[in-house]
Amino acid sequence: MLITELKSKEVLESLLTGKVFIINCHGCKEVSFPEKEAEEFEKELLAAGKVTGILTTDYICNPENLQVRLERRRAMIDEADAVLVLSCGVGVQTVAEYLTPKPVFAGCDTVRLPGFQGVTPQEFDCGQCGECYLNYTGGICPITACSKSLVNGQCGGSKNGKCEVDPNMECGWERIYRRLEATGRLDMLKCPTQVRNFATDAEVTK
Amino acid sequence: MKITELFDRGEFVVSAEVGPPKGINIDHVIEEAKTYLSGITAVNVTDNQSSVMRLGSLATCKALLDAGLNPIFQLTCRDRNRIALQSDLLSAAMFGIENILCLTGDHTKLGDHPGAKPVFDLDSVSLIHTVKLLESGVDLGGNALVGDPPKFAKGAVVSPCSDSVDAQLAKMERKVLAGVDYFQTQAVFEPEKFIAFMEKAKQFGKPVQLGIIIPKGAAMARYMNNNVAGVHVPDDMLAELAADKERAKAGITGVEIAARVIKACRPYCQGVHIMALGWEKHVPALLEQAGI
Ligand code: SF4
Ligand code: SF4
Repeated sequence: MLITELKSKEVLESLLTGKVFIINCHGCKEVSFPEKEAEEFEKELLAAGKVTGILTTDYICNPENLQVRLERRRAMIDEADAVLVLSCGVGVQTVAEYLTPKPVFAGCDTVRLPGFQGVTPQEFDCGQCGECYLNYTGGICPITACSKSLVNGQCGGSKNGKCEVDPNMECGWERIYRRLEATGRLDMLKCPTQVRNFATDAEVTK
Repeated sequence: MKITELFDRGEFVVSAEVGPPKGINIDHVIEEAKTYLSGITAVNVTDNQSSVMRLGSLATCKALLDAGLNPIFQLTCRDRNRIALQSDLLSAAMFGIENILCLTGDHTKLGDHPGAKPVFDLDSVSLIHTVKLLESGVDLGGNALVGDPPKFAKGAVVSPCSDSVDAQLAKMERKVLAGVDYFQTQAVFEPEKFIAFMEKAKQFGKPVQLGIIIPKGAAMARYMNNNVAGVHVPDDMLAELAADKERAKAGITGVEIAARVIKACRPYCQGVHIMALGWEKHVPALLEQAGI
């Protein structure tokens, strides 16, 4: 089971400087979603006239479903400066890849609960790190796309764009750099030094 | 002595690297360093380089210090979490070691214990950030240190000839923002690439030492081209190494090549860092030929 928690209001507000299209994923039973908190936050954004549209749906981690639903709302998405996704890390990554070069932000952190784990059958993976970094990395998960789960940039081991650990695997940080370049967000690489917090068990965070 | 003092004075800073042995006898390492490297500014000690288990970097640094050399303590984030890293930094400062080089480290799968747990609790950037905190008298957990805080010349690495050079520059900038004092580079064989890199890197205002490997032969150069990230020996140098095997084996060709690279790059950098890989004995000849 996964838990997604809404990021703090300060963090969310710092991300959303312009108009925004919002996607809520209320899909699967395996993920607990902060519905009430999200609704309150979205109401505030709506009142401020910052929202071009809201899509509340399920299983956005399924690229085919996602594509159909997003294309129906293309005009609203084009009108927005960024897309805010409230889902687990897999959902955000799926949207970010599909909508590149549009900036896509994660509104939630994904935390692991011991026991049954959510089904993540797609090409994207979320390590449930508890502090979603996708907003710094253009929607590519540094925890699962980098062999060392580095959160501050590329190591010196990438050769021909491949990871030092596995020549068949693309270097995650090379992908992140290209994505940030494509979305015009290279300034994200100048964010403060990130230090991971491994104390994400439910007992510690609650 | 902190090597930053020399950069500040505008000196061209020369360092070389020694690798601790896989065992406890280091007399020959110390002797070699004393014989061939005592004329240079500082000696880097690698930290279980290439994820191969060896004698510790910290202990070897202390032995070099006792022998009158100026060590640079390399530490990687591969084998220790933030508690052990900070503890080793305090130990280094207590021994009087004043220079450090902060690296992320190769993955454990590349070494001689591929089943080992890769740690990477911190990385090169957050390690530099942590050292800065220690220097201000607070640890990464926010707790005050007792007594004098440590002070280091804090180095890091960058790979100027990497095929991901944009991502490397971005990482370099993060290291600068985190508080690094100087850089050493991955080995350079292509001065044009290095010079183009320095054109972009000079905006950060930090001294950069050019990384040099003395190529031991065409086979070694080819091996590096195929396996070592960020290192590329161009075809003409390969041909030069292959032309006369005896000359290459004696180190003559390699020293000539390395000296040429240093001469071409010298106006663009603030020092040179030699990774001799067992060929410490050729370092004096290299420096002489390069005119240092
Ligand atoms: S950074 Fe990766 S592992 Fe962490 S919550 Fe986001 S998608 Fe999941
Ligand atoms: S080569 Fe790239 S993916 Fe592999 S560990 Fe280094 S930064 Fe991560």
